[in-house]
This record gives sequence, structure tokens and C-alpha cells, in this order.
Amino acid sequence: MIDRLRQQQRFVAWLPFVTLLQKEIRRFLKVAFQTLLTPIVTASLYLFVFGATLGQRISVLEGFSYAQFVIPGLILMGVINNSFANTSSSLFISRYLGNIVDLLVTPLTPPQFILAYTLAAMLRGLLVGGVVLLISCFFAQLPFASPWLAVAMAAMASFLFAQFGLIAAIYANNFDGLSMYNNFLILPLIYLGGVFYPISILPPFWARLSHFNPMLYLIDGFRHAILGVGDLSLATAFGVSGLMAAALFVWAAALLGRGYRLRL
Amino acid sequence: MTPALEISHLHKSFAGTKAVDDLSLTIEPGEIFGLLGPNGAGKSTTINMISGVCRIDQGTVRIFGHDAVRDYRTTRRLVGVMHQEIVIDHFFTIDRALKIHAGYYGVPGDKGWRELLIERLGLGPHLNKSMIKLSGGLKRRFMVAKALIHKPQLLILDEPTAGVDVELRRALWQFVREMNRAGTTVLLTTHYLEEAEQMCGRIAIMNGGRLAALERTSDLLARLEGRTMLLHLDSPLDQVPAELAAWHGQLEQQGRLLRLSLPGDLAMGEVLQLLARLELSIRDMELPRPGLEEVFLELTGLQLKENKGSLP
Repeated sequence: MIDRLRQQQRFVAWLPFVTLLQKEIRRFLKVAFQTLLTPIVTASLYLFVFGATLGQRISVLEGFSYAQFVIPGLILMGVINNSFANTSSSLFISRYLGNIVDLLVTPLTPPQFILAYTLAAMLRGLLVGGVVLLISCFFAQLPFASPWLAVAMAAMASFLFAQFGLIAAIYANNFDGLSMYNNFLILPLIYLGGVFYPISILPPFWARLSHFNPMLYLIDGFRHAILGVGDLSLATAFGVSGLMAAALFVWAAALLGRGYRLRL
Repeated sequence: MTPALEISHLHKSFAGTKAVDDLSLTIEPGEIFGLLGPNGAGKSTTINMISGVCRIDQGTVRIFGHDAVRDYRTTRRLVGVMHQEIVIDHFFTIDRALKIHAGYYGVPGDKGWRELLIERLGLGPHLNKSMIKLSGGLKRRFMVAKALIHKPQLLILDEPTAGVDVELRRALWQFVREMNRAGTTVLLTTHYLEEAEQMCGRIAIMNGGRLAALERTSDLLARLEGRTMLLHLDSPLDQVPAELAAWHGQLEQQGRLLRLSLPGDLAMGEVLQLLARLELSIRDMELPRPGLEEVFLELTGLQLKENKGSLP
């Protein structure tokens, strides 16, 4: 039987990548209550509060109800949070528990590594966003002015925050440090980035300051693609978001390429 | 023949402290090679550089002729490594984790080989258990299976028997020997010198990141000058006879055991003649074979713990 050792196995170049991608997807599906259901319930509560209750008394954009205004932002918030959470928690836990060495000793290339983590995170983010979109149909009708552009922006936002999650997981020293990225960076930037209000209603100073918030371009671009109106042109929103995504990808690729804080 | 592993002038430092300092060694295909040394000698760092966990500061590692940095996609498929620390992914069962590991190495999986591993390592009844529920011994067994699932040509075992019961230890070494006979080259580190003595054809001893010795196990043992002779006496002695002072005679066990340290070039006949002349009531005599422990201690200047055969 031990002679089987001499029978060489065929090497399939793409298999390490597909295996890591499948493993990452299985990982979040295995704890779907935490990774999918919880964010969906949270987004549904927002929808209920801002769509069915408070939203009836607020109007911030002419021609649209507050629910119609806020839903694109809530969908994208789900996409962003979950894409970030997936890469950041998965990679950080692997570092923390030491099982990252299981990947470091394999023939996986850095591009395969990044792509597998990123696609799994995008899938989780877009799944959450998709379900929030379905639930939102109970609260408001959306015009879907440019549906493909909306899909493209959601994909870009999930890609961007998957990269940011990888970067955060590499730099974080402990779980506390990792949660700082979410609680003190992503959350404030989302809330101040136009999810709940258009920046056009802000005083000029705060409106100008908001242009430094990267979330504004993602959220406004997504909303613009769905509603057909936005504070920024679609070209500006997509252009700036694309540049940010490319910059973070280059950053993450540089870190993972040389195994920064992963290889000893 | 292309060496299985060729390490040349390898250097690695952590925060200015040298962990591996100009290490060079070659392992031929089909060898079982032991890498020994006290804690902090640089064994695991060396293994980590071979397997890709650690970046190489300076020097080269070639595995079956392939550079471990430039041609890592090839070398990592040739190497299977069982790390010292228990490394598992708590999310999956043994069954799933083995499939995942085969996939990481780009092999769809040889069903027969996988079943053999499961059977030989006694993992069958536990295949569908979550990793988190496994005992320490089972986790170790899984780690062996994980290191072997892609049929590596160079198997690296870093302290594989640390904290493992006798039964598993014996089964593991038996399996390693079989794999070696089937063509797998083995590099192992162990704290149990007895195991290294029995398993390895050649042994390298590291100390302070440097190579202290690299020889055939038998040559390494022959390094020891002198032998110890133990004489069990029926009538206890009060003091060591003056004639035996030159051989550093020492009395133990209330004078019932006489320990002599004989020079390496002394003829045994000469010793026996002198003992006969002294008319000691010798009940039994022992000539303990010098072990790797003594060589190791001599080379590293360490002391063994009370637990015989285990390094500090």
C-alpha cells in the first residue's frame, strides 16, 4: 500500500486558488448566523426605522421619499461592512491562531492569495447587500436608473473594502486593534459619508470637508446609479472610487507579496 | 545525484539577534537526517526557511535542485512539513481539512493514499469531528496526515513526538521508516536523542544558530573518548582502592557500585587483570554504550534534565 507514495499526482495550477476561495466561502457560510443573518437583521432594523417610521416625516431629496433616499446607502453599508469584516477577520484569525503557516508552505502565489480572499469577501458583501435590497422592496420602490452601474459600484466598494480588510488584518496587533478600524474609521466615515443625508443640505464648510471622505464617492455613486440623481457626477464617483480601489489593491498586494508580518 | 536539500551559507536574524548563522548542509535523497540542538539553537528557524514560513536573510536553500525562493511553487510541492506547534483550522472537520490541504498543493487527491493515511494514523473514527473537539494526540496525528497528503519527496518533522504517547510515537516512527524505504527523504528534529540515534543515518547538531557537528550517527558516537565501567559489588567498599584512582574510581550506592572512567585507548585485558589482582567481590559488570546524549552535551556544553534522553 505504501507503494502508492511512488504514484505521482497531477499538479493542477489553479487548484490552490479555487481551494482557498472555497475554504473562505465555507468559512463564512459555516457561521452564517454571524456573518450573513446578523448584518441583514441590522440593516432591516435601519430600514424599518428610517423607512416605515421616521422616514415618513423626513424629506431630503426632492422627488424621493426618505426611504428611497436612504435604502441605497444602507445596501452599500452592508456591502462595505461585510466585505471588510470577511477579509479582516479571516486573515487576522489565521495570523492569531498561527494556521496562516498552512498557507505559507503551499504553492499559492500572492495574486492567488489576494484574489481568493477578495472574491470570498465580495461574495459575502454582495450577498448581504442583495438581501437588504430584497427586504427594502417592502418599504419603497426604487427606480433603478442605471442598474448595471449600481452593480459595478457595489462590486467596486466590496473589492475596495476587501483590500482594506486584508491591510487591517496585517497591521493589527490584536483583536482590539482590529476593531478600531471598524469602530473608529469605517463606521464614522460611513455615517458622515452621506448614507443618511445628502451633503448638499450641509453648511458649505462641512459639505466641502465631506469631499475628503472616501465613502461619499462610493455611496453617492451607488445612489446616483439607482435613483438617477446624486450630489456628484457618476464620472467623479466612479473615477475617485476606482482610484481608491486601485491604490488599496496595490498596497495589499505589496504587503502580501513580500509576506509582511505574515512570513517571519 | 541532485541533493534532496542543499543549504548554503544560510543566515537569519530577528531584531538583530542571529537565529541562524552561516549554516550549510546537504541531505542526500533517501536519507533520514536528524537536526538536533537545544531550544533556541535555530532548528525551527531553519525548517521555517526551508518550508517558506520564514524569509531568508542571506544564503540559499535548494530542494531537489530547485531554489526555494525563485522556484517556490515547485519546492513547496516537494516538501511536506509538520510544524512543532499544533496548527489547525477550527472551522473544519478532519475530512474537510484533508481535502483542503490536498487542494492547496494543487493535487485533486489520491483516494487510496488518503485512505492509507487515515488508516495508519487512526483517524478513521474521527473524520467527521470538528477540529476543536479533538484531543492533543489526534491533532498531532492529523498534522502528520496534513504534511503527507500531497506525497512530498522531502518530509520535514519538527518535534513530531513532543507530547505524544508511546504507542503513537512507535507507530509514527514505523510509518516514517516505511515512507523512507519507499523513497521519501526525511529531515527531523527531536528532543528525544534516543529516537534520533535509532532513526537517523546522519545527524547535524546546531548550537547558537551555528552548526556544531554534522556526521554519521555512528561517527558521532565514536567521538566519545573513554568508556564507563560499572562494577556491582557483593561486599561494599569503604574507599576506592588506590590502584583504581587513575581511572577516577567513584563509589555509589553505599559502596556497592564502583564507577570507573576508562581511557579510550586502554586495553580491556589490562583492566580485567588489575581487577582480578584486587580480588574485589564483583557480582556483575556493565559497560554502558555511550549515547548521543553524551556527544550532544559535549558539543553544546549543556546538561541533561533528570528525564533521561530529553533535552532541556
